[in-house]
Amino acid sequence: MRDVAVIGIGMNKWGELWPSRIRDLYVEAALLALDDAGVDKIDSMYVGCMSSGLLVGQEHLGALMADYLGQAPVPATRVESACASGGVALRQGFIEVASGMSDVVLVGGVEKMTDIDGGSTTYALATAADQEYEGFHGVTFPGLYAMMARAHMARYGTTREQLAQVAVKNHENGAKNPRAQFPFTTTLEGVMTSTMVADPLRLMDCSPVTDGAAAVVLSTVEMAKKLKRHPLVKITGSGQASASIALHARADLTWLGSTEAAAKTACKMARCTPREADLFEVHDCFTIAEIMVLEALGLVEKGKGGPATAAGLTALGGEFPVNASGGLKAKGHPVGATGVAQIVELAEQLRGDAGARQVKGAKRGLAQNMGGTGASATVHILEVES
Amino acid sequence: MITARYWREMPQRYRYEAGKCVKCGYVAFPPRLICPVCKAREFQTVTLANTGKIETFTVIRVAPSDFEDEVPYAMAVIKLDDGVQVTAQVVDVDLDELKIGDRVRIEFRRISQDGEAGVIFYGYKFVPA
Ligand SMILES: [Zn+2]
Repeated sequence: MRDVAVIGIGMNKWGELWPSRIRDLYVEAALLALDDAGVDKIDSMYVGCMSSGLLVGQEHLGALMADYLGQAPVPATRVESACASGGVALRQGFIEVASGMSDVVLVGGVEKMTDIDGGSTTYALATAADQEYEGFHGVTFPGLYAMMARAHMARYGTTREQLAQVAVKNHENGAKNPRAQFPFTTTLEGVMTSTMVADPLRLMDCSPVTDGAAAVVLSTVEMAKKLKRHPLVKITGSGQASASIALHARADLTWLGSTEAAAKTACKMARCTPREADLFEVHDCFTIAEIMVLEALGLVEKGKGGPATAAGLTALGGEFPVNASGGLKAKGHPVGATGVAQIVELAEQLRGDAGARQVKGAKRGLAQNMGGTGASATVHILEVES
Repeated sequence: MITARYWREMPQRYRYEAGKCVKCGYVAFPPRLICPVCKAREFQTVTLANTGKIETFTVIRVAPSDFEDEVPYAMAVIKLDDGVQVTAQVVDVDLDELKIGDRVRIEFRRISQDGEAGVIFYGYKFVPA
């Protein structure tokens, strides 16, 4: 296997982007990444996207984006794994370069979510669950994570305040991110008095609905060294795992087994443990998710994610800074783009270019992305060569 | 919803049919072609236990399009007495009184309707036991 470098990164400002078509979102981020890398020729490209069919009535995104990026006839592949579409697309690009099949691969993720009404968006997202045995009965994604939260609270004593602290912390970070959808701070009280969505989760426990895209350019390390535009950032570990599609089919409703397994694979490849990373971008689609991810990655003991968050372990200046970007919560969650945007953030941090939210001296970063209630998960390790 | 998609699930939704692995006893609901535990491919049709307890629950206040008229409603993961876990609504209950561990019983109920004049979908919900 060949070593793989991240030579270009690109991301537009996220939000409710009325004037932008889905093709514009992707192409804008892709052009930023290609310009950042200083390349205009690629061997292949990927598009991570969850649900453009339901959200904007457009499938076949691989060809569409290659066409509008002016890159046809390169092979262009759309990857769908619910909210892990971006992470899985990245892994495909990584494998393609590592295998020797291609030298330069563009990996982008995109989602355009604000064109349709709220009920239809909720429905589109719910298709990432078991449609016949969860969705059919009227459950939503906030509802599924709410059930995980209640189980976690009952079993480990996780409190409502500890959940809220995840949102407070991520908004504090997001306020320092110029590309975040909601770059403002909030308070425990602000979270705990926001509208109830699915008890015990409130609006401010949930990541928002977002239009946005992110892209990275991957290449061989030789090529990165020749280009020499940025500090050399490498992907040193890649892991992916699956679990039952339905939450109810799991023996332990409070454990993210696919994240644990993906981290194990990625860390074995990178020859490190999750605890040896200097910063973490994780999938906080809901506040409880970040708490469960801390546990699945082994950053804290089982059941201790809540108290650890309240104690500041995961704050920007803490031992394990989590979601310096603001996370899905403040940065936004255009589902197909999220896994790629995590890599953009890690690369920017490892280059030392993250400004006010810079994790000082960061040498190694870990990204965790998941789909559904954790039926799919990816973990990637990035390192900068000093 | 496509009628055939609904029709195919009727044995599970109307008669609570599951598949019991003849080799290891794992009960698959809905039925599967291969046992996830022992990889055997032979199943015997059995009926789900009709009572169980709430493992976890929530009250949905922001619903998908087909359920917008129903809010607020309770959803739970229920562990049936045969060990099978399912997701379903819990009805005929005070939403403020629900708790983990509550005993519930399966009932055949209307679930939703396909648009304003479409097919009515039926299946299981749970009520206090
Ligand atoms: Zn078996």
